[in-house]
Amino acid sequence: MKYIDEYRDKAKVLALVEQINQLSKHPMRIMEVCGGHTMAIQRFGIPSLLPPTIELVSGPGCPVCVTSRAYIDQAIAYSRLPNVIITTYGDLIRVPGSTSTLDKEKAAGADIRIVYSILDALEIAKHNRRKKVVFLGIGFETTSPGSAAGILKAEMAGLFNFSVYSAHKIMPPPMAALIDAGVNIQGYLGPGHVSTITGSHIYDFIAEKYGLGVVISGFEPVDVLQSVLMLVKQYENRRPAVEIQYTRAVKPEGNTKALAMLDEVFELSDDWWRGLGVLPRSGMKIKEKYSRFDTEKQLEVTVEPTREDRGCICGTVLKGLAKPADCKLFGKACTPSDPVGACMVSNEGACAAYYRYRQV
Amino acid sequence: MCLSIPALVESIEGEMALCSVGGTQYSASLQMLDSDDVKPGDYVLLHTGFAIQKISEEEAIETLKLFEEFSEFNDALDEEEKRTGERIV
Ligand code: SF4
Repeated sequence: MKYIDEYRDKAKVLALVEQINQLSKHPMRIMEVCGGHTMAIQRFGIPSLLPPTIELVSGPGCPVCVTSRAYIDQAIAYSRLPNVIITTYGDLIRVPGSTSTLDKEKAAGADIRIVYSILDALEIAKHNRRKKVVFLGIGFETTSPGSAAGILKAEMAGLFNFSVYSAHKIMPPPMAALIDAGVNIQGYLGPGHVSTITGSHIYDFIAEKYGLGVVISGFEPVDVLQSVLMLVKQYENRRPAVEIQYTRAVKPEGNTKALAMLDEVFELSDDWWRGLGVLPRSGMKIKEKYSRFDTEKQLEVTVEPTREDRGCICGTVLKGLAKPADCKLFGKACTPSDPVGACMVSNEGACAAYYRYRQV
Repeated sequence: MCLSIPALVESIEGEMALCSVGGTQYSASLQMLDSDDVKPGDYVLLHTGFAIQKISEEEAIETLKLFEEFSEFNDALDEEEKRTGERIV
């Protein structure tokens, strides 16, 4: 409660809290699937504002967290090849692989460069024609159109020394898998920026087939509270539906241009998710047509056998079955400056968010 | 990584726009929008170098205020960390 005083819309926040209090009769667990929401919720201390009937749980929406250790190991193997430059978003650099991290490889001399955008990676490819430039493509539908655009640009510019190692994933399959697995949730706080690209219809089956509400939410406290209120209303009236609270950035049809690019370059494939295992048609593979830009088709490597860390329960946290503090290592052997698991590395990871804001 | 920031379009050259977010300049690809639809003075949602949606000025300003609050809030936290001597992130 301490910091909410400083928030300008205190009156609005309190009015929303009051309404939620009045409406919420039955216990309800709401899962946020977007790491950005996890951050905002912890940062603003939203759980302390809600009535005891409502519990917020974090889900599988942090791209770095759900990425497999085998992916990191393979990226490390690429970085050890001669004449290869690895380009990556900063988030991945400290994620532990089986025996190393990209950061350690960089310190040991591998050419690994942090980029803000795939467009920067293309520039690097342009200026290093004799080297092979690999871009580590992770992220959900917010980020994958960028990778598609990058590949299309590389083709136009004839940058055949450029490729993408894709671990892109799509959001609906884990949302369904969690319900199938019997995880106790009664509504989803839908991801705001994923939905900017995809639109809202990709969640329709969750309301129709599973009878669970999805409200696509923005990132301010007022946004989150309003979305919670919408979910509570749906739940108490037994009218699960897909609604958009974040109308300022999300249109029902999404961004059709970005979707067309995705469709041009990627196709769905089975993919592995931390905590959930292999989910059918949940990953994005580069189409055969663009195999010249598919790292896995272009570079051959031997990858060390995967070793998972004993004691890290990140996978269980991602399923909403445990809170970070339930992990024995949380805050002790595992901290943001010395992370054991992926959920502590990324800012969007539940463990990192809980660690950072636990005093609030 | 999933965060997207509202940015003010300052100038456009072909497919690229020069945008600013609170004084810092970024270049943004307009590939994912209808480029005829975007002009200097507009606000776009910026994600990893791409403008992914056009948003109204009013909404952009709201969200930017939030970002400022986020950073003020972070500063407050940092202060507190310093004071208590606890290391967080
Ligand atoms: S605190 Fe660290 S070790 Fe424990 S679940 Fe989170 S990331 Fe894994």
